[in-house]
Amino acid sequence: MLNQHEIMQTIQMIDQQHLDVRTITMGISLLSCAHSDVKVACDKVYDKITRYAEHLVATGEAIEKEFGIPIVNKRISVTPIALVAAAAETDNYTPFAQTLDRAAKTCGVNFIGGFSALVQKGMTKADRILINSIPEALSTTDIVCASVNVGSTKAGIDMDAVALMGRTIKDLAGRTADKGGFGCAKLVVFCNAVEDNPFMAGAFHGVGEPEKVINVGVSGPGVVYHALQAVKGQPFDVVAETVKKTAFRITRMGQLVAQEASRRLDTPFGIVDLSLAPTPAVGDSVARILEEMGLEVCGTHGTTAALALLNDAVKKGGVMASSSVGGLSGAFIPVSEDEGMIAAASAGALTLDKLEAMTCVCSVGLDMIAVPGDTSAETISAIIADEAAIGMVNSKTTAVRLIPAPGCKVGDMVEFGGLLGSAPVQPVHPYSSADFVARGGRIPAPMQSLKN
Amino acid sequence: MKAIVTVIGKDRVGITAAVCSLLAQHNINILDITQTVLQEYFTMVMLVDTSACAQSIGDMSDILDQAGKEQGLSIRIQREDIFNAMHRI
Repeated sequence: MLNQHEIMQTIQMIDQQHLDVRTITMGISLLSCAHSDVKVACDKVYDKITRYAEHLVATGEAIEKEFGIPIVNKRISVTPIALVAAAAETDNYTPFAQTLDRAAKTCGVNFIGGFSALVQKGMTKADRILINSIPEALSTTDIVCASVNVGSTKAGIDMDAVALMGRTIKDLAGRTADKGGFGCAKLVVFCNAVEDNPFMAGAFHGVGEPEKVINVGVSGPGVVYHALQAVKGQPFDVVAETVKKTAFRITRMGQLVAQEASRRLDTPFGIVDLSLAPTPAVGDSVARILEEMGLEVCGTHGTTAALALLNDAVKKGGVMASSSVGGLSGAFIPVSEDEGMIAAASAGALTLDKLEAMTCVCSVGLDMIAVPGDTSAETISAIIADEAAIGMVNSKTTAVRLIPAPGCKVGDMVEFGGLLGSAPVQPVHPYSSADFVARGGRIPAPMQSLKN
Repeated sequence: MKAIVTVIGKDRVGITAAVCSLLAQHNINILDITQTVLQEYFTMVMLVDTSACAQSIGDMSDILDQAGKEQGLSIRIQREDIFNAMHRI
């Protein structure tokens, strides 16, 4: 029999510590929708998504009510569109993005991801068309997310794609200038992208995945923060144990929701993604957890070690709580979506360089960072190359989601609203990387032994 | 199906009576009940059986939420599974 303390502990986590299931994401394979005629292909895409995900939102809401646990987002991920659209005779894939947007709105989901290409070892004709279509596709749709995988530990880094992505991000920012370059918040550049990620903007349904699948992303920085407040001043062994126990509880809840959703939607359960995903709400911040460990402000010396401990403990606690763990699974450090990160970056304590170092030990990368509007495409490409190199060498997923906010300079604040929050514009190095990026070609895959 | 009903709010006369009669109206059987008052705050936790209830737990959640708002309380019903998942291996 449960005791009152345990029950009230759960109620407090939900009421006061922002415990929630961040997303139920349905992955849908669109490989069967390929067709040489764009219109026919788009109709097939629309029909398949709206058929498979018809009850996704209603089911999510029903589970939310019965268990009394908030499920913040319901989302869809699809097969990378560069694969689906490759057969279509066209040089612009924007109609596919618009179809995804329409289908997602019909289903009532918050986001749809998968306007994607995997180009770690080189670009096909279709990959190139997709990347060239991204600026128009994302600026003429509302809830479509795009991602491009430019590198992997096995393949190295495609520097031609990296150069192209720098220009693409600049173009997209310019087209959405009236909204602070908001389009770029929907575009992620990956190294070692995973095929079962339920989190946006980087979700897509990999080709190794089944016809359809339910993946769930849990959250709970506020719960971890609160648990650590009870062990002030104690050694790191105690900190790690506390985080593990908390992560276990959070993940068990996610597992339960995932299984229930899978059963009701008659869709196989894929994975639970054990991520600490912050929101701009006070008390739901990853930065504040790091500060609770004894740092005056997130970004100061010690931050990387604190994050390494946190990230590892979350995984250790979560793995035992779920039958299948996958996705990105780690602590996210998106600047604009984390109240503590925003404060640290605004104070100048958290720099781009420190964030880059932090991405070596956590999931996922340089995320939701605003940089000055006059940052060159080459500098953005060089930042992507640096981040991809970290992922490639360390056999982990890294990503870049930068917003070169048009017309904004260092110190300005860019507002995105909702879960995406607001970002202080952070400085980049003023020295050129243009000749480096102009070389093109491939950075070879790294050694997997003789590690130092 | 078993569920947990929690009632939280400022203490006053008749909270337990009001909640229990509301549950009785909907044929919900109370299996176990604990309550405490801490610093004028009333907290009650009930284990209930909803198998004879005509409404779904989702609908009951709305009914209890509404009743709670009228009385200045937070009343909720949640399936027992969520607590078992979080607190039992």
